[in-house]
Amino acid sequence: METLEQIKVRIEKAMPQTKIDILPNECPAGDRSLVVDTASGFAVAKFLRDDAQLKLDYCSNVTGIDWPQATIKTKVKKKVVVEGVEKEVEETIETLRSGHLEVVYHLYSMELKHGPVVLRMRTENRADKTTLPSLTPLWRGAELQEREVFDLYGVVFEGHPDLRRILMWDEFVGFPMRRDYVCPDDFEYEPTPHDKVLEQARKHYPVEVKPAVAEVKP
Amino acid sequence: MSAATMPPPSFQVKPKLDAQGEPLGELLEISMGPHHPSTHGVFRMDVVLDGEEVVKLKPVFGYLHRNHEKIAEGISYLSTMPYTDRLDYFCSMTNNWAYALTIEKLAGLPVPERAEYIRVIMAELTRLQNHTCLIGFFVQDMGALGTPMMYAFREREKILDLFESVSGARMMCNYMRFGGVRVDVNDTWLAQAHKVTNEYAKFLDEFEEFLTANEILLARSQFVGVIPKDLAISAAITGPMLRASGVNYDLRKVDKYGIYSRFDFKVPLGEHGDIYDRYMVRVLEMRESLKILQQALRDIPAGPVMDPKAKLRGFRPKPGEVYGRIEGPKGELGFYVISDGSPNPYRYRIRPPSFINLTVLEDMCLGHKISDAVVILGSVDIVLGEVDR
Repeated sequence: METLEQIKVRIEKAMPQTKIDILPNECPAGDRSLVVDTASGFAVAKFLRDDAQLKLDYCSNVTGIDWPQATIKTKVKKKVVVEGVEKEVEETIETLRSGHLEVVYHLYSMELKHGPVVLRMRTENRADKTTLPSLTPLWRGAELQEREVFDLYGVVFEGHPDLRRILMWDEFVGFPMRRDYVCPDDFEYEPTPHDKVLEQARKHYPVEVKPAVAEVKP
Repeated sequence: MSAATMPPPSFQVKPKLDAQGEPLGELLEISMGPHHPSTHGVFRMDVVLDGEEVVKLKPVFGYLHRNHEKIAEGISYLSTMPYTDRLDYFCSMTNNWAYALTIEKLAGLPVPERAEYIRVIMAELTRLQNHTCLIGFFVQDMGALGTPMMYAFREREKILDLFESVSGARMMCNYMRFGGVRVDVNDTWLAQAHKVTNEYAKFLDEFEEFLTANEILLARSQFVGVIPKDLAISAAITGPMLRASGVNYDLRKVDKYGIYSRFDFKVPLGEHGDIYDRYMVRVLEMRESLKILQQALRDIPAGPVMDPKAKLRGFRPKPGEVYGRIEGPKGELGFYVISDGSPNPYRYRIRPPSFINLTVLEDMCLGHKISDAVVILGSVDIVLGEVDR
């Protein structure tokens, strides 16, 4: 299969308005991925599927990822001249990562037996602009998985034929796989609540919870 | 319009009309499941019937949902291993292997030779018992109540005894570790495995004699629930279901993970993509599994079963992400793990084969009778622990 750089060049040649980045992967055995902007996501995916050299006809895996707003610290080695002597100094750079949701598609080719090409799309933020184009019209295999991402992360897929909650019930509020989701106190019944659960229960129910004590009969 | 670009079936359905253009009757909506013996667990289908014919079918999931992926984000890498047993509780060994393989890829851990052989032996034994039970269940869905399933369970128990003697548990094996397997197998175990393998072929002959040319099975399964080749590819169907539609895609041959390149085996393919082909592909796959088992049991070398550098405690892989996949008995079982350098994974995702194989359940059932929908669901081979996670 071609390298990601070659694929990127060919996509940019075919569709000059697309913005594509190659995301490096620190794991040597892992695959790097293509980050595509929302507007041209669908067109790029269609190109990857229909291109004669790639023929990525099989969308294996659709994953949602939540990236809340955070400051990322990266250490960079820098050469500084101190009193005429060149020294290597480690410097920490802090960058602000804006919060967003990300959807990752792992694409393979069943016909040519190669892959994966990892395609990523990012939403603008985590609150109100969480719309991404659905790739279900291209690969039916994404149908249930995109529904799952919608259900658990709240990414709205535009063009999905049947976007409903799938694993949680319809009346459920919130997106349980997000990093900042707080579980309700009483999501699990405990006959003898202890430690953290007891603390939470006390906060939730002001009535005193008695710890279980075995009754000793005379 | 080719099947690959075909939109999913419309939700709006109307009853059939007679010659005068009047509706022949009313549509009947049935909620099948979640507690129904034919749904293989807590799975529900919302079926709309026109007479006995299925005109709309919506699968309903989530009755066994426990947010396995969220649980895994809160605990260490190794603590997730026993949870993977509970995904597809028929095939805990292959689940373990898929997860171990992914983390080994992430952390760059080598696996000793003997452990690789043991993994192959366990995976193929798992495939044998999974397919045997599936056929038992599936024949039961057609009305052969009890007997074939009991024969299947009798054989399965022999394999589960092997699992139990090596891992301590029949089904929740929790056997693989990052960089090897938990305990070594001894010569007595290998001899027993050899015996089970040798006897299995005879059982398969017996099983096939009853089923393969059975008139009822043929009538109920041929040209029922057909998936065309291009739809199967587009809908990301994997495993025996995909190969029954005639697509030659077996990860043991494509990815050659582990040591599968050393074994001589064939990939059985179907022609029509109907239920009968799915049954037949599974039977033939079991025979190929027996071939692999014989070779693995013959060639297994002596040596350690754990990489000495592998750490069980304080395991923190370097940041990065990786997608690992194996050919599970039900299809492509994948794990996608993102590490941020902490002891817990940042993101842990499972690609559940039987969940994704249900994508085209409606397409398969439309136009067939309601009793066929039961058989079609049986041929998909679902386990709800994996579907709902």
